[in-house]
Amino acid sequence: LKLQFLYFIASYTMNVVRRAVARRFFSSGMHMGLGEQELAFQEAAKAFAETEIEPHAAKWDEEKFFPTGVFKKAGELGFGGIYVKDDFGTGASRLEASVVFEQLSRACPATTAFITIHNMCCWMVDTFGTEEQRARFLPDTVTMENLMSYCLTEPDSGSDAASLKTVAVREGNMYRVTGSKAFISGAGSSEYYVVMVRTGEGTKGISCLVIPKNSEGLSFGKNENKMGWNCQPTRIITLENVMVPEENLLGGVEGQGFKMAMAGLDGGRINISTCSLGAAQKALDLAIDYTKERKQFGKPIAGFQNTQFKLAEMAAKVQSSRLMIRQAATALDQNDPSKTPLAAMAKFHATDKCWEVVDEALQLHGGYGYLKDYPVERYLRDLRVHRILEGTNEVMKMIVSRSLLA
Amino acid sequence: VGVKHTVDYNIKVKVKDGKVAKDVKHSMNPFCEIATEAAMKLKEAGVVTEIVAVTIGNAKAAESLTKAMAMGADRSVHVVGEQAEIDGLETLQVAKVFAKLHEELQGDIYFMGKQAIDDDQCHVPQMVSALLNIPQGTFAAGLKVADDKSSIEVTREVDDGSQTLSMKLPAVVSCDLRLNTPRFATLPNIMKAKKKPIDKKKLSEMGIDLTPRVEVVECAQPVERQGGGKVADVD
Repeated sequence: LKLQFLYFIASYTMNVVRRAVARRFFSSGMHMGLGEQELAFQEAAKAFAETEIEPHAAKWDEEKFFPTGVFKKAGELGFGGIYVKDDFGTGASRLEASVVFEQLSRACPATTAFITIHNMCCWMVDTFGTEEQRARFLPDTVTMENLMSYCLTEPDSGSDAASLKTVAVREGNMYRVTGSKAFISGAGSSEYYVVMVRTGEGTKGISCLVIPKNSEGLSFGKNENKMGWNCQPTRIITLENVMVPEENLLGGVEGQGFKMAMAGLDGGRINISTCSLGAAQKALDLAIDYTKERKQFGKPIAGFQNTQFKLAEMAAKVQSSRLMIRQAATALDQNDPSKTPLAAMAKFHATDKCWEVVDEALQLHGGYGYLKDYPVERYLRDLRVHRILEGTNEVMKMIVSRSLLA
Repeated sequence: VGVKHTVDYNIKVKVKDGKVAKDVKHSMNPFCEIATEAAMKLKEAGVVTEIVAVTIGNAKAAESLTKAMAMGADRSVHVVGEQAEIDGLETLQVAKVFAKLHEELQGDIYFMGKQAIDDDQCHVPQMVSALLNIPQGTFAAGLKVADDKSSIEVTREVDDGSQTLSMKLPAVVSCDLRLNTPRFATLPNIMKAKKKPIDKKKLSEMGIDLTPRVEVVECAQPVERQGGGKVADVD
């Protein structure tokens, strides 16, 4: 009787696994709530990611290779200026951008993260630039032929961004810029640097200058030796008396820089969360496949309730992140008054939870999860920084609580 | 360009009682993507002036037309049928629909995929050619259009190698794997595709005899592979 009872339990758990096979296609929630165009974008991005990014991502991480060729291909498909207005860019919505980035980051979150940073910079020029600046900078940046980097953080000012010290002094029709910026993604490779500088006192004394790479006095530090994001160079930028023409003052008016930087970051937070999301969903998919194959104690480890419950929890973390990100993206598209705290909430929730999902996926892979033969450890190394940059998750909580208690 | 909305090539199909679940993901037949790309290459070379994507299917098949238009087709024709009508379609009737459409479309080249990955019949291009009494270049791995645009040269993959045929237009070309690599649809083109016209026609109103000529007697899974055995020697 005891043997029969045990057999019943074993076959019941295997039935759960077998039924899951048939339903797998619908389990990801990636398609729900999306309209026809969004689904078409999702397919296009998925095809590109599987063909152009996935086969090479591990190599790029290992060799610290910045894949400018692939960025150009991405730009040709319209991925370089997704929410830039359609006279120059693709003219799509933040939600559509998130759908695209989620598919790209399944293949490589680090490569996708740079594409999102570039998109953010193009959007800033598109939104705050004069018509002349838009026409000058956007045509070859939305194609990703020329890349843009976002320069706000300094060695002495991270979370306290408004305390930045890089100074720009007006001399005739030029600005003389001196200071340094730290942790700049793409530094040394990008053609244009969107730099927040001090032209006056306080928050209202910050302006935004677009500085070209070959400017005299602009130099780049060593490529930082990082835990992840290895396919992107990250360097300190030093500006020593760099002369920047007044035509490169974004928007043509001083004192707007902080507002521009923060507006850029609202979208940037949705983007970075999306990079975490795509990788987490992929890690979950890999964990599901692995636990069905790996047998211990006479059966696949997916037959054990602990594994099943773990996978269920991971799926809920991914799905909750996805819903928060997509709603925040829609709020941004609609210019909802709550867009900033919604983006901040999505950011700290998604980057934390998706990191946990990838960590748990690695655990479910056992010893193999620790090997570079499987992409899970790379996703973990890449995702760790998403909890820190574009505003630490602690700063995100400051933003949310401020709006709750206002 | 004839495009078929088939079960996505990534899906692991489950067959129950001889039927496949209808709600699985569908997308454009991969060989039809190659056909669309072949047409686009001619358009970009200035040889072809207009590309019309055609599908025969249920309402959702329009997704494949949008894909074709996102790749660059100028407009589409959607022959719509109820699910039951579509399920009962045989290749001869599909070919008859294309033949009927020729009266209106007057195409110079009919591009199609060599076969659809759901039924793998590989009938329709050949049947269209026979019904319209026009030449066919099937399993195309290479294509050249004559300077005067009155004929084409099709290099075909055949069992013992390659064969090159020359034929006058209009003609049917069915596309094989090595003809080209289909382009990605760009995001702006996907957005533009929404505005391109789709001419909808009802399958039941096209005046085509849809009675089946084939009766399915039995549908069974192939016998599951039995393990091999070891023999003492091979004598």
